[in-house]
Amino acid sequence: MLADKDRIFTNLYGFEGTDLKSSKKRGDWKNTKKLLENGKDWIVDEMKTSGLRGRGGAGFPTGLKWSFMPKESDGRPSYLVVNADEGEPGTCKDREIMRHDPHKLVEGCLIAGFAMNAIAAYIYIRGEFAEEAKVMQAAIDEAYKAGLIGKDSCGTGYNFDIYIHRGAGAYICGEETALIESIEGKKGQPRLKPPFPANVGVFGCPTTVNNVESIAVVPEVLRRGGSWFAALGRENNTGTKLFCISGHVNNPCNVEEEMGIPLKDLIEKHAGGVIGGWDNLLAIIPGGSSVHMIPKSICDTVLMDFDSLRAEGTGLGTAAVIVMDKSTDIVAAIARLSAFYKHESCGQCTPCREGTGWMWRMMERLVSGDAELEEVDMLLDVTKQIEGHTICALGDAAAWPIQGLLRHFRPEVERRIEEFKKSKLNVKLG
Amino acid sequence: MVKLTIDGTEIEVDTGSTVIQAAEQAGIEIPRFCYHERLSIAGNCRMCLVEMEKAPKLVASCAMPASEGMVIHTNSEKVKKAREGVMEFLLINHPLDCPVCDQGGECDLQDQSVAYGGGSKRTTEERRIVSEKFMGPLIKTTMTRCIHCTRCVRFADEIAGVPELGAIGRGEGMQITTYNEKEFKSEMSGNIVDLCPVGALTSRPYAFKARPWELTSTETIDIHDALGANIRADARGREVMRILPRLNDDINSEWIDDKSRHAVDGLTKNRLDRPYARIKGKLTEVTWQQAFDIIAAKIKKTDGSKIAALTGDLNDAESMYALKKLIASLGSDKIECRQDGSAVESSSRVSYLFNSAISGVDETDAVLLIGSDLRREAAVLNSRLRQNSVNRRMNIAYMGPKIDLTYRVTELGDDAHILQDILEGKHEFSKVLKKAEKPMLILGRSALSRSDGGAILKLAHDIADKYGFILEDWNGFNVLHTAAARVGGLDLDLTVSGGIESIFAGVKKGDIEIVFNMGADETDLSALSGAFVIYQGSHGDEGVRYADVILPGTAYTEKSGLYVNIEGRVQRAERSIFGPGDAREDWTILRALSDALGKTLEFDTLGELRAALYKEYPAFAALDELPSEKWCDFGVNAALLKEGFILPITDFYQTSPIARASSVMQECSGIMYDSPLKEEAAHG
Repeated sequence: MLADKDRIFTNLYGFEGTDLKSSKKRGDWKNTKKLLENGKDWIVDEMKTSGLRGRGGAGFPTGLKWSFMPKESDGRPSYLVVNADEGEPGTCKDREIMRHDPHKLVEGCLIAGFAMNAIAAYIYIRGEFAEEAKVMQAAIDEAYKAGLIGKDSCGTGYNFDIYIHRGAGAYICGEETALIESIEGKKGQPRLKPPFPANVGVFGCPTTVNNVESIAVVPEVLRRGGSWFAALGRENNTGTKLFCISGHVNNPCNVEEEMGIPLKDLIEKHAGGVIGGWDNLLAIIPGGSSVHMIPKSICDTVLMDFDSLRAEGTGLGTAAVIVMDKSTDIVAAIARLSAFYKHESCGQCTPCREGTGWMWRMMERLVSGDAELEEVDMLLDVTKQIEGHTICALGDAAAWPIQGLLRHFRPEVERRIEEFKKSKLNVKLG
Repeated sequence: MVKLTIDGTEIEVDTGSTVIQAAEQAGIEIPRFCYHERLSIAGNCRMCLVEMEKAPKLVASCAMPASEGMVIHTNSEKVKKAREGVMEFLLINHPLDCPVCDQGGECDLQDQSVAYGGGSKRTTEERRIVSEKFMGPLIKTTMTRCIHCTRCVRFADEIAGVPELGAIGRGEGMQITTYNEKEFKSEMSGNIVDLCPVGALTSRPYAFKARPWELTSTETIDIHDALGANIRADARGREVMRILPRLNDDINSEWIDDKSRHAVDGLTKNRLDRPYARIKGKLTEVTWQQAFDIIAAKIKKTDGSKIAALTGDLNDAESMYALKKLIASLGSDKIECRQDGSAVESSSRVSYLFNSAISGVDETDAVLLIGSDLRREAAVLNSRLRQNSVNRRMNIAYMGPKIDLTYRVTELGDDAHILQDILEGKHEFSKVLKKAEKPMLILGRSALSRSDGGAILKLAHDIADKYGFILEDWNGFNVLHTAAARVGGLDLDLTVSGGIESIFAGVKKGDIEIVFNMGADETDLSALSGAFVIYQGSHGDEGVRYADVILPGTAYTEKSGLYVNIEGRVQRAERSIFGPGDAREDWTILRALSDALGKTLEFDTLGELRAALYKEYPAFAALDELPSEKWCDFGVNAALLKEGFILPITDFYQTSPIARASSVMQECSGIMYDSPLKEEAAHG
């Protein structure tokens, strides 16, 4: 269990104030000037040492990502974009950071922006996060007033602005290139890669898009040193992480824990255990709706980090743990996710536009069993037809929950089909 | 250059090419829907996925830049499976209405589903139905068929410059529509029908008229403006059913404007299909022989010097040459082609050509538009200039009344005196011209058809001289004509001093008693009412109002003829169908008439006529060649008028007898220019 001294988000639950004074008391904005004076390379190297992997879901090493930004400007400015469009079902960690610890994010923006030579940061906040946007704006205003950001930020001579851009509630705008399009005022549709944002990003300029959590931990990592962060967790899966535990647990919560904590420990220690006891567990989606679910047998032993979950054919994603006990209609649950992806598909590319609707319709029929047995294989085939063939990862995200269902709960799906057939037969005979 | 391997074939392609282009070069076909060479890359149909070694996923070949050492497989199992998948997705919501779809037989979706699709359907879900959209009088929509490739949207944004198309909604609910569901107000709107890979956007006037396999195609030349766009006329029986663009990078790339495309129904309306003569003040049907007799009787009584001739805007060079020969044999040299009263002179070719060539707009870095309303005078050229102005951000200045050219121009004002300022270096824009490497000016009809046209010509000449418009391999002095026949007419030296006004004056004074009018319909001809007028042409338009004898000629799709475009490029139009009724090819009418007059012209076939033409005017023999003319002095020193320019085309859709006869063009003119007709068409 993570020791209190190693916690980064010390106001995760909002027991203290969000203003600059309270934040400073918690250690924010301490020595920021000195950190910046250590230079860009030092910051990037230290981030690489820390082993921090992007907290938005894909787990790409943050330091490495920053190093892709051009060292010398070719005349175009660089930008930092913070992805605060937290839309992944089950995830609510960035919300808490912005709500209760906004200065961590503001300071992180300054340092990250400095490291990549950015002239400004755009924080793209999900439209539904109205309160959070207000808190963030207040924190930014405070920081401007205190000379921490803006002209001559922290007295270092570095000019840096932070803007908040509020989204309109589309899930797809959490995809980095769709987010960029949306900032530019266009319809939120992912762009083709290459070119990557580090080359052509927002307004055609080099851009790095980072998750809120990735940026918010930066100041603390630098203050304590990359090696401190690297010492936590397991190799290649270092540091601490915010986990969002929801569903059939006694005490749903957000909690900061060490990477690689056993899933069972996480739930029992922090969320008060599964309702009805661990044996009442049916399955868990460990990383937000877009990853494969895992049945209890795997949940018993699996560790919560990128590589361990990957080895089980699922992923850490955003570390949003969705717990489902035996009262869950597992097919209906996944059908609901399919409806979500169908609703949120941007419609740009064919497999996702047409496939998500088709999958959802099939899933709806599978809930009652109104289907043919062959359709189960066909559904699996359709998910494979979408997976990897789309512009962005939404297609994959729509395919994986169904693949997870069919991998672990296929007998249940087939049972329903057979039962439905029988009941229809009875009706006819009756 | 980069080297890559596609399906085992090593190939070298230009740096910056994409994989799909490289494959094309290697002769390997990759299916696609959204990709189009002339539009930006969208990469959304996912049909062109290929396998790239060392890449974890399949890549979209249309968007992937070719790079050194790449190894691509376009036919692996994985690729085939992916194509089948994409094809299946496209088809699950595409209606099975091919039998009643106008795209049937020339549909990308149909063809590619045969070639790359799976064999059977697996879905039992209901298909999506999408409401139809109103996009104007030329575009019929069946949006249920749409596969969301966004070619039309990109065309509107990038080529037409009228960004009124877009996608609303998302996911399955995404729909292509126009802004506020109003008509797509572009002169180039018809091109989106060609671009649409399925039957979502089809031609409204052509709806349910014919099937592609019933049509006979003829490759020919358009005559609705002076660009000489390359077109294909598709005919069934004795009717041209539709006009489509042909690829010609030097002229129209693969676009044509809506008038060229849709005025085609004008070929069947208001036609002159038999000879007429005015007998006792009333036009009466006569036979060819009677018509010739009447003409012969009149000419015999008249001195040759009292005969004059006018040629129109749509004439082929052969008939103009034959007419010139005919009236010369009668003793007259008064033949005029400049109906618009333009001040251009036929003495030096460089003074009336678009010398930089149309492709010159791809190279120029500063453009001065002098009273030229490119959008209406040459819509295809306008969109080409627009693309360059957007992509290369060049400086375009415009002189004339305020208009919307679909791109940003620096408005210099509506006063010819500005030219003087520019010449003297007093104007802001002279700095731009000085800096430019390949500057160009375009003199429009409104600048040359004024009484001070000669002076403007001279000023333009001097500006070109002073600011380095004339280089070893560059001539930025351009005149934009609006009539397909004009350059040919000038090449044939069909000018009289004083222009058409002097002929009108001659009629008034009685110096001219007979006027042979071959297709001149674009100017007020009431001044001819005192003369004996022989009208030869295809349509009953302005010209026939004052005619005493009418000889029915043929329209451009009904004869083979030479046309010289603004660049001085000679192109040959071909016959697609025969003229209606008694109408005859124009040169044969003149040949027969010459016989009746006892002055037989010395050619019996079109071949002989062309041989004679080439002998006298060798420039006509250089088919499809771009001439390069020597720079020389022209224009006159005179005072400039105080008035602003008056743009000649007020209604883009009504500029020729064919277009005026076309009910489609009339409807367009009503809808696109906000007239009361609009409501009716929108609901009808």
